[in-house]
Amino acid sequence: MKWEIVIGLETHAQLSTVSKMFSGASTAFGAAPNTQASAVDIALPGVLPVANKGAVERAIRFGIAVGGHISERSIFARKNYFYPDLPKGYQISQYESPIVTGGTISFHGGDVEKTVRLTRAHLEEDAGKSLHEDFHGMSGIDLNRAGTPLLEIVTEPDMRSAAEAVAYAKTLHALVRWIDICDGNMQEGSFRCDANVSVRLQGSDKLGTRCEIKNLNSFRFLERAIEFEVRRQIELLEDGGRVVQETRLYDPDRDETRSMRSKEDAQDYRYFPDPDLLPLEVTPAWVEQVRHALPELPAAKRERFQRELGLTAYDAALLTASREMAVYFDEVVGALPGHQKLIANWIMGELSGRLNKEGRDIERSPISAIALAGLLRRIADNTLSGKMAKDVFDALWEGGTDADRIIQDRGLKQISDTGEIEKIVDAIVAANPAQVAEYRAGKEKAFNFFVGQAMKATKGKANPAQVNEMLRRKLSV
Amino acid sequence: MINASLTELSHALARKDVSSLELTQFFLDRALRLNPSLNAFITLDPDASLAQARAADALIAKGQVQPLTGIPVALKDIFCAKAWLTTCGSRILSNFVAPYDAHVVEKLRTAGAVNLGKTNMDEFAMGSSSETSHFGPVKNPWDLGTVPGGSSGGSAAAVAARLTPVALGTDTGGSIRQPAAFCGISGLKPTYGVVSRFGMIAFASSLDQGGPMGKSAADLALLLNAIAGFDTRDSTSLERENEDYTRDLERPIAGTCIGMPKEYFSGGVAADVARAVEAAIAELTRLGCKVVEVSLPRSRLAVPAYYVLAPAEASSNLARFDGVRYGFRAPEYGDLKEMYMKTRTQAFGAEVKRRILIGTYVLSHGYYDAYYLQAQKVRRLIAQDFANAFEQCDVIIGPTSPTTAFKLGANTSDPVQMYLNDIYTIPAPLAGIPGLSIPCGFGAGNLPVGLQIMGNYFQEARLLNVAHQYQRVTDWHTQMPPETGGPT
Repeated sequence: MKWEIVIGLETHAQLSTVSKMFSGASTAFGAAPNTQASAVDIALPGVLPVANKGAVERAIRFGIAVGGHISERSIFARKNYFYPDLPKGYQISQYESPIVTGGTISFHGGDVEKTVRLTRAHLEEDAGKSLHEDFHGMSGIDLNRAGTPLLEIVTEPDMRSAAEAVAYAKTLHALVRWIDICDGNMQEGSFRCDANVSVRLQGSDKLGTRCEIKNLNSFRFLERAIEFEVRRQIELLEDGGRVVQETRLYDPDRDETRSMRSKEDAQDYRYFPDPDLLPLEVTPAWVEQVRHALPELPAAKRERFQRELGLTAYDAALLTASREMAVYFDEVVGALPGHQKLIANWIMGELSGRLNKEGRDIERSPISAIALAGLLRRIADNTLSGKMAKDVFDALWEGGTDADRIIQDRGLKQISDTGEIEKIVDAIVAANPAQVAEYRAGKEKAFNFFVGQAMKATKGKANPAQVNEMLRRKLSV
Repeated sequence: MINASLTELSHALARKDVSSLELTQFFLDRALRLNPSLNAFITLDPDASLAQARAADALIAKGQVQPLTGIPVALKDIFCAKAWLTTCGSRILSNFVAPYDAHVVEKLRTAGAVNLGKTNMDEFAMGSSSETSHFGPVKNPWDLGTVPGGSSGGSAAAVAARLTPVALGTDTGGSIRQPAAFCGISGLKPTYGVVSRFGMIAFASSLDQGGPMGKSAADLALLLNAIAGFDTRDSTSLERENEDYTRDLERPIAGTCIGMPKEYFSGGVAADVARAVEAAIAELTRLGCKVVEVSLPRSRLAVPAYYVLAPAEASSNLARFDGVRYGFRAPEYGDLKEMYMKTRTQAFGAEVKRRILIGTYVLSHGYYDAYYLQAQKVRRLIAQDFANAFEQCDVIIGPTSPTTAFKLGANTSDPVQMYLNDIYTIPAPLAGIPGLSIPCGFGAGNLPVGLQIMGNYFQEARLLNVAHQYQRVTDWHTQMPPETGGPT
């Protein structure tokens, strides 16, 4: 039997506001427990929520970026359940009327472009944290996180493999950072996914029974959890069993998912519109204002890189992996127009390699876009050979600011003067008659000997292409 | 002093005929003397009140006098007042000292008023008799065997017995107007959104509204001036120009058109109440008002709709009282679930539990559409009824309550009978419109009868105008109950 995998994702992106969704308390991560919980976050008697305009604006930004519909009127609703880290006994979320509906996320899976449809994106507040260790049989409650603004982004069941789910999540992750609504810090829980996984026989148009795997806070866990879950469900079905709809947790230590609660235990959240909050009104004028302030989006940038700069789809995709990367590329191209392929190669090759090695993001690159353009200009005009350029690159990395200065100080200028190269080549040919004879007898390898000698004589500064051409000419005579 | 209006007290303070300290001490003495029989206050804290009085005197000495500077105001124990015990009439908050001021309390402080104490009330404002309080029932000063109405019964009894010149109450389905009627005082529920709910412990958020209670409409206007106003901390607070609610008090009311809703004068209303209300309307016609009959056909659906919506919101609003962070926690429990269950079982009274159960039920999966959504539709129809009626009249007048104050315990075993007490007061908050109640005579057993005046949105000044003009030619509002202990 051939199984088809069906995956939908729900992602919680923590919005990068200074204060919380409904209170003025700070959202900064890592403060001492309960020091960032205001009267509203603690849910003292009599306190009331006031929606954070910055969070709403970020949701609008997202809606525009994915091409979704932004509701002029959305409703905050209460999701009621008891838990010690949920101070009000309900979470304020959006239920029947979310702020964003529809929209898509597209990405490349190999050579094909894949588009995942979004069902909705809605605003809500996070709960606090329960700490079950170090309290002598009791639990500790930290309400610093309570009330932190979240955008929950829900897809249709459009993904067909764990790899696709990861590709979607990575694209979404890059997008929320690109439009500056979420810092994307997965370790701190700023971006976490729940995966809805089911399998069905190939060709079937009916969805199988799904399980939801909660709180996957790394791309690797997302992939492993889905892979495990798919195997589990297929084995179960092939053994004649059936999948029970339930919520499962992924245990990274044992690399397996296990049941958390079944559908029968599912709570009735008794959603109803929150009477403390008026319907959230977003005027078309506000949406337009946000649209104008948006940076060029990754898809548009990718398209422009291919169309205007003639980059391949692959290069364009890599260079738009993050907004910082794309901005960097754009800046170098701006300083050195007409050499986009050279620029792309250097950014994706030498620069990215070095950044990765040192665990830095491009916005913390020791070599500025202008400095890199200065270096590449000297490659383009043949001042530097590739080998020399790498030396200059190293010097820039170590704190140099200007490629020309480094070239001058170190005397790295490439010799491209035809007359000078001819003199050197003539001398080498004259001094090595035995090797000349070998070459002329058909021993191609002897050619490398002459190149080596020429480079040695010029301390590597001779333009290799010119040396090659000159040698061929002289030796063939 | 005992029967003086706010304006008279304010003038006396400004002239230094009396100090705020003396005034506050005077009312505190009365409260301390009479509270054991009335149970109108949950908390009296003479030291705290007198300290505020001294501060007010210092302001007066510097000539910094606002209309309420130095005036004692009693607060329903639903308002958070910094460093004051704030119980909401419940065991679950029996140890809760508020760390912050409600918006209205903050405004009263800024106005230089003195917090005289926290008044008793039905637990979480759920009740029509002030009998559901964890701190015992409040007694009606006109007859200690009867209830003062509810849920703001403590505030109403305290004003009626002249333990305070004025008080704050809250109204969700009649909790200011009905106790005002039962105790022979005046009380106003403003338009929803006029008074901030920040710091007012929520019962039913879409209905709750704080308001003034006092001896006369003129006093209500002054107190409303002090507490009304936009508050960024309450999203349902309305951003609009501040009003002077006293501005129209003295305007003649000749030509004002009074609508008498026929549904308020048929069937359910007691004969003595109907007589007093009809006499009051006759008095208003002598002042030049015209009377037309109007109809509020959907008002019969108000009580059932209210008893879906209010409990639904309450069931969620009261979820925060879980024993985790503050308030009462059951002393013994095995695990988390048991802690929740025991805490809430032991700390909530029967009426609160009943409403949490009703509210939880109507919001449950499979019942939401039939109850909650249906009730919301009814609510809109009731608002439409009022809109239609106000095309024919300026104000709507009728009884506040179908009966005068009933005996303590008379309705405690029959919740539906108790709920029907609010049949005339529930429609206004469902529509969000303002309504006030003023005394208009006495019924059987010499118990006060209340006259309800309702107006369109933001018509508070007009309601106060009609009420004040009525009070200029009548003296029901100056009459004092026998249990006041007499003037001292």
